[in-house]
Amino acid sequence: MAGFLQQVVEGLGAGAVYASLALALVLIYQFTGIVNFAQGELAMFSAYVAWQAMAAGLPFWAALALTLAVSFAGGMLIERIVIRLVEGAPELTLVIVTVGLFIFVNAAAGWIWTFLIKDFPNPFPRGALEVGGVSVGFSTLGVLGVVALVMGLLYLLFQHTKIGLGMRAVAANPDSARLVGIRVGRTLALGWGLAATVGAVSGVLVAPLLFLEPNMMGGVLIYAFAAATLGGFDSPAGAVAGGVIVGVAETLAGAYVPAVGSDLKIGVPLAIILGVLLVRPRGLFGRAVVERA
Amino acid sequence: MRVSAIGCAALLLVAVGACGGRESGGEAGTAASGQCQGQQTTGITDKSIKLGGIYPLSGPASAYGDIPKGIKAYFDYVNAEKGGIGGRTVEFIVRDDGYQPPKAVEEARRLVEQDQVFALFQTLGTPSTTATWDYTNQRKVPQVFVATGASKWGTDGAHPWTIGWQPNYVSEARVYAQYLKAEKPSAKIAVLYQNDDFGKDLLGGFKKAIEGTQLTIVAEQSYEVTDPSIDPQMRNLAGSKAEVFLDITTPKFGSQALAADVRNTGWNPLHIINNVAASITVLKPVGFDNVQGVVSSSYYKDPNDPTWATDAEMTLYKQKVKQYAPGADPNIPYLTFGWAVANSFHKAMDAAKCPTREGLRDSVRDLRNVPIDMLLPGVTLSTGQGDAFPIESMQLMTFKGQRWELFGQVIDTRKEFGPLTG
Repeated sequence: MAGFLQQVVEGLGAGAVYASLALALVLIYQFTGIVNFAQGELAMFSAYVAWQAMAAGLPFWAALALTLAVSFAGGMLIERIVIRLVEGAPELTLVIVTVGLFIFVNAAAGWIWTFLIKDFPNPFPRGALEVGGVSVGFSTLGVLGVVALVMGLLYLLFQHTKIGLGMRAVAANPDSARLVGIRVGRTLALGWGLAATVGAVSGVLVAPLLFLEPNMMGGVLIYAFAAATLGGFDSPAGAVAGGVIVGVAETLAGAYVPAVGSDLKIGVPLAIILGVLLVRPRGLFGRAVVERA
Repeated sequence: MRVSAIGCAALLLVAVGACGGRESGGEAGTAASGQCQGQQTTGITDKSIKLGGIYPLSGPASAYGDIPKGIKAYFDYVNAEKGGIGGRTVEFIVRDDGYQPPKAVEEARRLVEQDQVFALFQTLGTPSTTATWDYTNQRKVPQVFVATGASKWGTDGAHPWTIGWQPNYVSEARVYAQYLKAEKPSAKIAVLYQNDDFGKDLLGGFKKAIEGTQLTIVAEQSYEVTDPSIDPQMRNLAGSKAEVFLDITTPKFGSQALAADVRNTGWNPLHIINNVAASITVLKPVGFDNVQGVVSSSYYKDPNDPTWATDAEMTLYKQKVKQYAPGADPNIPYLTFGWAVANSFHKAMDAAKCPTREGLRDSVRDLRNVPIDMLLPGVTLSTGQGDAFPIESMQLMTFKGQRWELFGQVIDTRKEFGPLTG
């Protein structure tokens, strides 16, 4: 039993990592109505910014604050100079632009910092909490805590602020939003900035676990997509629940279903995405899109 | 997305192939005479020899881009101070494939058909070499000393123009098996391996090498290069309580496996990490304090090892790299590797009976204990009938302080295990 619980705990740890990036995906989807394939790479780039700041001698928390600020500005800048050009274009165009951004950011990070792996300090203490034969790493607890906090903040932003209301309007119908006086351009830029900031938190959480290198987020992004699809692309709580479910399912399937093993583990999120899309396309926590004819 | 990119590249190649089908062998060279009559002399004259190499100068594997710097330094030195190779000035053309096989094919065609090189001196990586070896063998262009450890370069009979250089993964596996047989004859072993040709080659060689011994593999886990983390695999391996952990990984996952081993204080196996991931750049992020006592193997001199501080070849190498490759750091082992392989090419070319492509092909397959000063003492180049693996000896090393320290004797896997056959 302890063995099983241990696997569940490990799954929670992996799931929290996926959830952290899924939150950024959900956020940008809420703001702009598009799925941003470059989100993982932006998070990776932010982690490099933090690494660079620490290499220059800043303590961890100062580096983090600087990184969040830089990421926010960077996200807004990307919206202004890249995305603005194709604003209003079909969704497919926007998605392709984010794929291009993915490749560009990845190559740029490799060019600036090389592809050699770098170590990244873990903000959480080493060691683990032992409860009834199950050990829970402090870093796992820390990641879960930060993810829960970000989720709460996003929920408040979406549901209880005027900005949240405005951005939901922009995502739902940019033309009508503009007519009622919402600054659509500014809202979209804000969305990119905030998503990049949440992504930066994810990058900084992931880097100590996976080691920092330009392809660090590639695998995480696939699982984060699975998490966001499962939970619903418009629900922060759903993204976190989705991440945790994907993480636990993947770990348990790898450990206890011999046919899956480590080889087919990556198939688990795919199966989850397919299943959810078939049975409940809006995701577990998502709202169905209703349009007036 | 990747599929379509490869598809486009393939289409492009077909198009290029269709337009560029002219037969041009022999144009640039001099006619061979005597016993060498009728052999190919493209890219070689009495005064010059033209070689082409394909490396990932950009992209994720660009760290290997230091290898051609070492090679260039060697050839520049030989050209300027030794009159070239057998009186021939070496021209070494380097091309970038970004570690992408379709690009490697494109560059191989360019080198062979446009630049008219005498031989491809090194393609890097198993995927890129696999993508190009059908072409080079059809065109009968030597593809010598490829920089990859797959065992198929030596066991395959259908590609006589391609040959490896560094110890193949099976030989490396044999070295670890030999070490364990002597040190921990009844050890239980846990294995983590990359689920591709490289990982399976090494693991397969290891399994064969421990057949009939008391050594047993009690746990086996694989990972895909797309996996974000190998932590779940490491946890399952730890559950086996094996005394030895064989770590068959590429650099990033090597760091992750080392770090996971450090984190798990309840499981402290003897950690053997393969040569591919034994670079200092892999160990450093984990922290040198945490990787003391890890075991690996090597076959050429480490420029950071004080043992070779006064070694004649190492001194010459460091001096000439400074002189001919200013800006390059001679302490990067990839440059040393380049120097050693270029020196090997020099000796193979000197030994060739004919200054022709056929002559080089036959020469690299008939090396008789050729000493290369940059290889570890006791390691030589040796090939012959039924043996197309130039280096099959390695020495074990353990991590102490801030660097690897060699120990024990050089293990000649030919002698211990017999020839390697497919």
